Amino acid sequence: MTISTAPAPLKAEAPAAEAPPKGNRFGSWLIFVMGALYFLIPLAATFYWSLRAEKGRLGFEAYRRLFADAGFLTSFSESIVNAVAAIFLSLLIIVPTAYWVRLRMPKLRPVVEFITLLPFVIPAVVLVFGIIRLYSRPPLLLTATYDSSRVLLVCVYAAISFPYMFRSVDNGLRAIDVRTLTEAAQSLGANWFIIIREVIFPNLRVALLSGALLTFAIVLGELTIALFMAQHTLGPYMANLTRSKVYEPSAMAIVAFAITWAAMGMIAYISRERKRQ
Amino acid sequence: MRGAKRPSQFHLGNWLGVLPFFVFSGLFLIGPTLILAYRSFEGLEGGLTLNNYRLLASPAVINAYGMSIRVSLTTAILGGLFGFLIAWAVSMGGLPRPFRSSSTTFSGVASNFAGVPLAAAFIFTLGRVGVITALFQVFGIDLYRSGFSLYSFTGLTLVYLFFQIPLMVLVMLPALDGLKPDWREAAENLGATPGQYWRQVALPVLMPSILGTMILLFGNSFGAHATAYALTGGLFNLATLLIGQQISGDVLHNPGLGYAVAMGMVIIMAFSILIYSILQRRSERWLG
Repeated sequence: MTISTAPAPLKAEAPAAEAPPKGNRFGSWLIFVMGALYFLIPLAATFYWSLRAEKGRLGFEAYRRLFADAGFLTSFSESIVNAVAAIFLSLLIIVPTAYWVRLRMPKLRPVVEFITLLPFVIPAVVLVFGIIRLYSRPPLLLTATYDSSRVLLVCVYAAISFPYMFRSVDNGLRAIDVRTLTEAAQSLGANWFIIIREVIFPNLRVALLSGALLTFAIVLGELTIALFMAQHTLGPYMANLTRSKVYEPSAMAIVAFAITWAAMGMIAYISRERKRQ
Repeated sequence: MRGAKRPSQFHLGNWLGVLPFFVFSGLFLIGPTLILAYRSFEGLEGGLTLNNYRLLASPAVINAYGMSIRVSLTTAILGGLFGFLIAWAVSMGGLPRPFRSSSTTFSGVASNFAGVPLAAAFIFTLGRVGVITALFQVFGIDLYRSGFSLYSFTGLTLVYLFFQIPLMVLVMLPALDGLKPDWREAAENLGATPGQYWRQVALPVLMPSILGTMILLFGNSFGAHATAYALTGGLFNLATLLIGQQISGDVLHNPGLGYAVAMGMVIIMAFSILIYSILQRRSERWLG
């Protein structure tokens, strides 16, 4: 799978860069402009194509056609449901684990960290290969029907979100005093379930939200795993669209870029707000 | 569980908290990998053998791995170089401050903008009827007649850099922040030129981080499947695409070899992540 990172929150105390000599500054402008050209040209070209669906004039016809396509909306909504389910499943597993590892079993940390890194080590295409081999025959037959495959897909998505989820939640736990909060809650008679639900979860809201948004951005248009599990989600739909239509794929790429941008922007925003508090 | 018989019930309770995590990882990460590992040692007529790993030296596999390694090395080196330069330019190159935060946000987006939409964007730019291809034609240059193709090594490299460079930027920015102003001052007080400061102080301190991230980029490209699939329809000669073809219909005519190809990828990925984390730990000594 592709390794990805949320934008790191700005360091507030980053030393103000002293003005470098003039020649230097020209160099940095040159680098920046070249970089900007490389990154913006494909986006601009795609946007231009997306406006050209109607002959002779620019307009949003490609977007209209894309959203009018029955296949788009069903695969899009299916992918959203899958992503949300995967996020909840992942949170349900990672929050107690990160909490336990920090509070009661620090010795397990290296093992847990190693396992959460596995999705970086196992490429998506290899993982789905193994998944198909493991779950396509009894006793673990899960690929027999579309719906059971879908459940399996959501589980795999939850598993590949572990690196992002664990890191967000663990960073979040580091920022709050887990032990004191836990002891305070215990002295008021709360049990473990209530502690996690009423004390830990609310204090981790920002961390959970960043992990969730990052997972959402990655899982929503995921292609490889969905493709080989024959799921009609957004990724395979988009790949098919790219092959079969002329203008709609450009509108789709712009929409996908906007969604990724929205998710990343929200992560940057909430972590900045958090800093301000 | 046998452990329940022991008096340490407290201990057992501890394990219950992390049990779901281990079971889930076992079912959906470790189990699938182990079954591939096991099957990669199975011969065509059953029985355990190392033969599949010997067959990795066959031309079809060597070609696919070779292309994957070429693309990954090239995009790791170029992505590392340009990513470092951009990170340097926006953090200490004297550019206005908003450039830095917008570059960070954009890098976050672009490093996650892989797969089908990315491939589509480049098809509209540099494909046969892409905007830039058309622009070149206006100036009388036919890119595709002069040997360029988006569906080639060069094209794939150009596309992969779109997520490789931003990843480098995201990792390098905090590392550059870790350079302490005192070091520059100390070097200047001792009479060092800016060039000497960079060569003898800053770069040696940054080197583990630069190298480590380049290795991370290598793995990032080596394991990528979706972008290449969307770009070439899965028919390009790349290790991940070969595995994809093997899933759909045993193109190697030997299931065991397919499993060995998959395990080979896992081993290469594991090595690159391992070296990355070792180098990252080393760089934390100075930049942490």
